[in-house]
Amino acid sequence: MRRVAITGVGAICALGRTVSEFRTSLCMGRPGIGRIESTDCSGLRFQQGAEVGGYSHEPYFDDRRADFIDRFAQFAVIAAREAVTGAGIEWTPELRETAAIITGSCVGGQSTEDIGFHEVYKLGHGRVHPLTIPKTMANAGASHISMEFGITGPSFTISTACSSAAHAIGQAFQMIRHGLTDLAITGGSEAPFSFGILKAWEAMRVVSNETCRPFSKDRRGMILGEGAAMLVLEPLEMAQARGAHIHAELVGFGMSSDACHITQPSAEGAARAMRAALRDAALKPEQIGYINAHGTATLVNDVTEIAAIRSVFGSHAERLAVSSTKSMHGHALGAAGALECLAAALALRDGVLPPTANFTEVDPECDLDVVPNRARHAQVEFALSNSFAFGGLNAVLALRRASSQ
Amino acid sequence: MSDELIERVLKVIAASKRIPREQVTIDSEFPQLGIDSMDAVEILFALENEFDISIPDDDVRNVRNVRQMVEGVEKLVAAKSAGTAAG
Repeated sequence: MRRVAITGVGAICALGRTVSEFRTSLCMGRPGIGRIESTDCSGLRFQQGAEVGGYSHEPYFDDRRADFIDRFAQFAVIAAREAVTGAGIEWTPELRETAAIITGSCVGGQSTEDIGFHEVYKLGHGRVHPLTIPKTMANAGASHISMEFGITGPSFTISTACSSAAHAIGQAFQMIRHGLTDLAITGGSEAPFSFGILKAWEAMRVVSNETCRPFSKDRRGMILGEGAAMLVLEPLEMAQARGAHIHAELVGFGMSSDACHITQPSAEGAARAMRAALRDAALKPEQIGYINAHGTATLVNDVTEIAAIRSVFGSHAERLAVSSTKSMHGHALGAAGALECLAAALALRDGVLPPTANFTEVDPECDLDVVPNRARHAQVEFALSNSFAFGGLNAVLALRRASSQ
Repeated sequence: MSDELIERVLKVIAASKRIPREQVTIDSEFPQLGIDSMDAVEILFALENEFDISIPDDDVRNVRNVRQMVEGVEKLVAAKSAGTAAG
C-alpha cells in the first residue's frame, strides 16, 4: 500500500475565493453568513445563507462557456484550477490518460432545473432550455474538470447527500493508495440557492432563521452554504521525488450506514464510521488530536455526534479539540466534506485549529472542547473529518500532518 | 378549545401518520403514537394546509404532544381570523 499526499488545494466558498482567503477567515473565526442575495427569500422563514458573495462567472469563464456550466460546476472547475496550479503538475500524455477525477455533489444543478420547471409549470411555456439536462446532472463538475485539463482517465461523481465529497475523497484516496492511479483530483461542489430547493429545506424545519451555532445551547439549526473545495492527491513517494509541497497526508477512510432512519442520525452509525477510519489508518483513538465535526447545529445532529465521539474516544474525548467550521462556511451539502477535509488539512499544516464560531453557551449534552469562537495554536499530528449524511450514510477521513521536508 | 378544531387536528395527525383516528386523543404524547421528529414535521405541513396557516419554527421547537399542537394551531387560527377581520 502506498502513502497518499495532498499536494494541491483549491477552494471557493463564503469565506473566500482562494485557499488563502478561506484559511484567513477560518483562523480569524469570521463567518461568511449573511442575508441570501442570489435568490429573493422574502417568502421564506429563513433569509440567511453562506453564499459566494457577488459571484459572477466573468473573471473565470467566457460567456459562451459559462452558458454550458451551472454555478455548482463552475465552482468545481475554479477550485480544481487552483489545486492543480498549486500542485505544480506537469502534464504528460500518460498522466492525462491515467489521472482520476472524483467529485461529490448532492443536488447538482437543481438551480438550473428549478428555472426550467418554473417556465413549464408556472409560466406555462411550452419548452425548456436544451442545456437544462447537461447543466443539471450531478457529474457536470467532474466532466468540466476533465475538459479543462484534458484528463481522459477514470472520472465519476458520488452523491451521498451531505457525505458526498467525503465519500469522493475517500474513493480517490483508495485508488491512489492501491496503485490504480498516480494522480487524482477530488472534492465536492454545490450551489443550492434557488427558491424551490430553499422551500424544500424550509419545510424540513432544520434551517436556522438567524445563524449557525454548532454545539451551542441556543443553536437553531443549520445555515446552507455553497462553494467547492478540490484536492490533488498523489502517492507520497512520487510527490516527494518531484519535490512537491505536501499540505498533509490522507491516512485512513471509514464508512458506515446507519440502516436506521432516513433523516435521524444514529450515534452508533457515526461511531462505526470513525472506528473504521481509525482502523484503516492503524491509529489508536489516543493519537487523534483534532476532529473537524459534521456539526450542523441541528438539535439532534450535535448531541448524536458528541455521543458518538465519546463512545469511540472514551476518556480521550475530554482531551480532543472538536470544532465545526460549518459555523463559518455554512452547510455546503455535497461540498461540505471537501471544505472540511481541507480545513482539517490546513489545521495540521499550519498548526492552527479553526474555531466553532457563533458559540454562546455550553450545552451540557455537547460538553466537549469545541474550540469556541477563537482559533487555537496547536501542533496536531492526526485529525479526523466527519461527514454524516441524511439517509444514514457516513464517511470519515483520517489525516496526518506532513513530516517536515 | 373548540371540539371541531380538536377533531380536525386529530384527523390530520391520524391521516399523516397513517394510524386509526381512534388511537389519537387530545392527551396523546408523540412517543406513544410513534411520532418522531420527521413525522412531526410532516404533520405540521399537513396542518398548515388544512388550516391555511404558517407555523413558525420557533413555535414548534418544544411541542411534544397533541394538546400542545392543538393549542398552537388554535392560536394561529385565531390570529389569522383577527387579521382578516381587521384587514
